[in-house]
Amino acid sequence: MLKAIEGSKAVAEVVKLCRPLVVAAYPITPQTHIVEALAKMVADGELKAEYVNVESEHSAASVVLGASATGARTYTATTSQGMLLMVEVLYNIAGLRLPVVLGGVNRAVSAPINIWNDYQDSMAARDTGWIQLYAEDNQEACDMHIQAYRIAEREDIMLPVMVCMDGFLITHSIEPVDIPSQEEVDRFLPPYKPQHYLTPENPLTFGYLMGPEGYMETRYQIQMAMERAKGVIEEVAEEFSSVFGRYSGGLIEPYRLDDADIAIVSMGTAVGVIKDTVDRLRKEGRKVGALKVRSYRPFPKEAVREALKGMEGVIVIEKDISLGSTGGLAADVKEALYGLEKAPKVKGFVAGLGGREVNEGTVRQALSLYEVDTMEPVFLDLKEEVEGRRYA
Amino acid sequence: MRNLYNQNLFAPGHTACTGCGEALGARLVLNAAGPKTIATCATGCLEVFSSRYPQSSWEIPWIHSLFENAAAVASGVAAALKAMGKEDINIIAQGGDGGTADIGLQALSGMLERGDNVLYICYDNEAYMNTGVQRSGLTPLDAHTTTSPAGKQSWGNRTNKKDMPAIAAAHHIPYVATASVGYPQDLQRKVKKALSIRGPKYIHLYVPCPLGWGSDPALTIKIAKLVVETGLFPLYEMENGKITNVKRLAKRKPVVEYLKLQKRFAHLFKSEEGKREIERIQALADELAERFGVDARKKAASPSS
Repeated sequence: MLKAIEGSKAVAEVVKLCRPLVVAAYPITPQTHIVEALAKMVADGELKAEYVNVESEHSAASVVLGASATGARTYTATTSQGMLLMVEVLYNIAGLRLPVVLGGVNRAVSAPINIWNDYQDSMAARDTGWIQLYAEDNQEACDMHIQAYRIAEREDIMLPVMVCMDGFLITHSIEPVDIPSQEEVDRFLPPYKPQHYLTPENPLTFGYLMGPEGYMETRYQIQMAMERAKGVIEEVAEEFSSVFGRYSGGLIEPYRLDDADIAIVSMGTAVGVIKDTVDRLRKEGRKVGALKVRSYRPFPKEAVREALKGMEGVIVIEKDISLGSTGGLAADVKEALYGLEKAPKVKGFVAGLGGREVNEGTVRQALSLYEVDTMEPVFLDLKEEVEGRRYA
Repeated sequence: MRNLYNQNLFAPGHTACTGCGEALGARLVLNAAGPKTIATCATGCLEVFSSRYPQSSWEIPWIHSLFENAAAVASGVAAALKAMGKEDINIIAQGGDGGTADIGLQALSGMLERGDNVLYICYDNEAYMNTGVQRSGLTPLDAHTTTSPAGKQSWGNRTNKKDMPAIAAAHHIPYVATASVGYPQDLQRKVKKALSIRGPKYIHLYVPCPLGWGSDPALTIKIAKLVVETGLFPLYEMENGKITNVKRLAKRKPVVEYLKLQKRFAHLFKSEEGKREIERIQALADELAERFGVDARKKAASPSS
């Protein structure tokens, strides 16, 4: 049944239905509403879990690491500086192959301090060995949490999953969301049964020292698990659809791409704006379409290549930048298309940093600058009065 | 001591140096705790010499994560066990002096403040030994380390040891104790006592490092006794904020006897000015002995100080 509810509260409702045994978190805007709601559920006895209040995000991640290694299903959430503080532990969780699920609320990073949305935080955690899924709207943020546990806990995956959702745009927006029943979620998500965990009945050593003789293989194994995850993410999305009656997952989502000349690629809530703009542009006779990248790690390069081949041009709009280079998504899209016969021209655009609105004008600006010979990436919606001069 | 050999939970064959106080300490702690124990471990010598893949000395479930999070990982283990209704398992978090008093202090404070059912053991060998003897917040006054070297204008480490047991006790936890591998039965009794109490417990364990201290590996036990016998490291227990047990001495030994066995203090013996530094260290021992009532002939100053 549809219920108008704030994104954070909806996510918390769904996390509760996933029955985590341990939740640990440290407050940081705009992640707070999620963990406050979970704390209240534990306080009211609605969620039978240990809620651990920690003194930092480093410890939040460390607590769920320890709990997951003991065999418990766990949850934490963070954003921005908190995610940066966690990064050391995030690598460790993936290296230990623990199926932790983390709500990655996306927010800009300091300095200057800025609490609004962009993806510089989760991009800094891109190479940690975590599966990263990006939600377009509140419903997807909820559905991807349920799927995240299924993906993470599979014996052939055993990787942590970060469900990325735009700060404020998802966490603080009220949208109608279908919150499934406990029975439905239980049917889809059985209790976590770990193969290896800390127990006196079978004493194992976790987190050993490994030299050049074996370390590389551990990374190879994670890479192989990431490769397998491409199939598993699709599989779990199909299964989710059969239980819940909506397809809300998968690696990518093409939108009006079939006869398009130009594809606009993006992630997160910007995709919604892009889809609306595509509809208007179509009415104006422009043959444009959109491609949503839902799974950023693993990056589904085969699926992206298949979806974009035959296009004249590809525009990538993203809320992050690897300073001194280009946006991460643009780099990945180019890599996916490299070597393709008649590969489309790809141009990377950076937009929406620090919460600057991404709207129809932003998308149209990208389209108008697409043909112009400029430096890459192009910063969209730059303000002359702030910057002092035009960039492009 | 009998259980040491009846059921040894810390297997030999690890790569600790000869005379390593920390390896001895870990063996004593584990064997006192028994097999129904889960341990976490900070990065450091203990982790490195005991868990080189594919070998492990740990005969109990054991996890090493990072340098500064042994306490937080243990909190996670405790939370999971509680949620699963398996609260009859001991949980021990372990760190060196740097992993406890420096980089891991924040996570430890969080664990103590939350009241998590974990026994934290700080293996104090008074410097960052795993990385090559660099100074930590628990390095004693005037000790030469690679980052607090003695030199023409330096007596070595400029500061006293951070009072880690007092910091732990300031969290109003039920049990805090100091121990030394020079007194194995005392250590094992304290571990067992700590594990019989619910909530957070802290044991500060003194473990000599022959390599880092420039001491004869054969003298590890002797040095671990001397630090107590000189008053530099009083052995005490603190239950619910009150000192309940102090190892008292009929006659304290001068600190010179302790210092002269270690090359890290050798520079103090080379000049008249150096002797004045030794006097400063003696004054420190006197002050500690006074504070904890170590001298049997004198009355304890204040049992709760």
